[in-house]
Amino acid sequence: MEIASAPPVSPRAVRGALVALGVGILLLTVGWYQGLFVAPPEHYMGEVQRIMYVHVPTAWHALLALSFAFLSALAFLWKNDWRWDARLEAAVEMGVLLSILCCVQGAIWGKPTWGVWWDWDPRLTAMAVMLVAFLGILALRHLVDDPRKRAVWSSVATVISYANVPIVYFSVRWWNSLHQVQSTPKTVDSAMVTPLRINAFGMLFVLIAFVTLRSQIARRRLAAELAPPPAASTALAAGGER
Amino acid sequence: MRAVAAAFYKDLLLGWRGRAQGMAVAVFGATLLLLLSFAVGPNAQMLRQLGGGFLWVALLFSSTLALTESFRLERENRAIEGMLLLGVHPAAIFYGKALANWLQLFVLGLLLLPVMVVLYDPSLDGIGGVIGVLALGTAGLSAPGTLHAGLSSQTRAQQVLLPLLLFPLVVPVLIAAVRATSLLLLGDPMGQARSWALLLLAFDGVFWPLCGLLFGHVIEE
Amino acid sequence: MNETKAAIEARGLCKRYGRTWALVDVDLCIRPGEALVVAGRNGSGKSTLLRVLAGSLRPDRGEVRLLGTSLRRGRAALVGHASFTYDLLTGMENLRIAARLLGRPSGPEEIQPFLDRVGLGARGADRVQAYSAGMRKRLTLARALMQDAPVLLLDEPYGQLDPPGFGLIDRLVDELRAEGRAVVLASHQVERLSRICDRALLLDAGRAVWSGPASELPFAFQRLEEASIRAVAG
Repeated sequence: MEIASAPPVSPRAVRGALVALGVGILLLTVGWYQGLFVAPPEHYMGEVQRIMYVHVPTAWHALLALSFAFLSALAFLWKNDWRWDARLEAAVEMGVLLSILCCVQGAIWGKPTWGVWWDWDPRLTAMAVMLVAFLGILALRHLVDDPRKRAVWSSVATVISYANVPIVYFSVRWWNSLHQVQSTPKTVDSAMVTPLRINAFGMLFVLIAFVTLRSQIARRRLAAELAPPPAASTALAAGGER
Repeated sequence: MRAVAAAFYKDLLLGWRGRAQGMAVAVFGATLLLLLSFAVGPNAQMLRQLGGGFLWVALLFSSTLALTESFRLERENRAIEGMLLLGVHPAAIFYGKALANWLQLFVLGLLLLPVMVVLYDPSLDGIGGVIGVLALGTAGLSAPGTLHAGLSSQTRAQQVLLPLLLFPLVVPVLIAAVRATSLLLLGDPMGQARSWALLLLAFDGVFWPLCGLLFGHVIEE
Repeated sequence: MNETKAAIEARGLCKRYGRTWALVDVDLCIRPGEALVVAGRNGSGKSTLLRVLAGSLRPDRGEVRLLGTSLRRGRAALVGHASFTYDLLTGMENLRIAARLLGRPSGPEEIQPFLDRVGLGARGADRVQAYSAGMRKRLTLARALMQDAPVLLLDEPYGQLDPPGFGLIDRLVDELRAEGRAVVLASHQVERLSRICDRALLLDAGRAVWSGPASELPFAFQRLEEASIRAVAG
């Protein structure tokens, strides 16, 4: 199995990512404007609820990024192709970043709404557990120098951590239901749906752009780490004369 | 199967020879139980409530020591590579070791149980059930623990990497085992302990096959 | 192709550790009953080559075939730098565990001959932690013999051994070859090995720079040394 060669950096992917980034930022600008100024304030929670327009897409995309990391890990273990390792690295980093943002936004929402920074809401708690799990995988990647071991081990850790996510979610949900009734999401007004959708698509473009760019950076590092063997020196040639 | 039995026997023998180390781990666990009660204060009612949780936290912390030790012996002279070179399948090595670690953690739990009873004075009616929960819960720690200990034993900073990778993974085990234990010790009018035990069983059912499948990737170079 | 299948045949082996290459495009072929000495200075890739041939390390490129089939672990026994033993267990217990893992009879009476063969007959009941480095080497050798593999890979066979141990290695190599097994020995003790082996391979910086009859190895080794001195000087 040929695993020695590193994938080249693709200029086309970089250009595509920059275009996606531009589209994403444009969409987000429109979405944020709509969310902040156009959409009506929510009946019970008031202005605070506007954080939902970023919080909900952040949560979705954190999950999306980590799902992509899971697929990349499976693909790497199956195909032994370095491109999947680069994608795994990018997706885990983006997933961790979005999970951190999501937890922070959850806390900002929680304080005025529930009166506490942290609520043991199953979604929030499962997100926090997932965040810690994938932070561990990032630490693992930084602690292993051999590119092959790093790729295989972080793929293995990603697969089992991701398989654990639904189990964590349901266990936290049952655990929590013993203490309080779970808050059910209210039906959302259509005036609120529009900015939410725009933001979700905007963030999707930004996510795709960042994952692509980050994986190209990872490819660049891999190319240096997986450089082909140096040419034989003259001393060896002299030894091999016979 | 034969290789699993041989690997299991080997790990048991090593565990027995290294029992001084095993006892030290148990003492560490007991010390943790004592320390955790200082975090609460001499409130007998509250301590009784929290006893089940403390038992599992102490067990979880001690388990990383036992798991690290089991791979230190394998790395010392590359014995695990030697086993692979005999043509032994990685999954056989995994299941032998995971079974031995399970047994070891279960015994550790049995040793910590009386300490917990003495310190926190729970009712003893559900103690048989608690032992069953110990068996299921330590199985849930053992399979992912063996996989991640095998992985982190090959890295720098293995002392911190193992808990960092393992603890988030076993959150469901901790939740389910603590709830089941507490319900059994404090009274379980709704019969909920059974469903928590089922959750533990489900976790074991997912992770024993999955970790065995992935172990080869972790130890082959 | 020869009518006898090659005991071990490797083509284009490459192995890297991070950014450094330990092996680059190494080919070799040994027939049953042959002994090959792999020579080279420290860090030239000898140990890596043996670990790749054993199946311990996966090559980044290239292929190893053993008796015409692709390599499976367990078919080439390795005596390497690591002893593969558990220090908490006795020599006898270590061998019995290996026998159980191999699915061989593991009674003490079946194991004792292997201990006797490597000169550890009287020390089987001692824990390995009390063994000297040379005794560990002998124990690993016993383990490899028990594996009953068609290929034996001995890394620095004389390392840590006493003079009687040197004789033991020479004798074992002869016996193994007479049984039709192939033996690969890695060492920089070229003089001694050139007498007991048929063929030789010289590695430098992971590349095979010379191969030929073992009797000419000392001269080739000498030339390599001179060439590298010239390279440094000039």
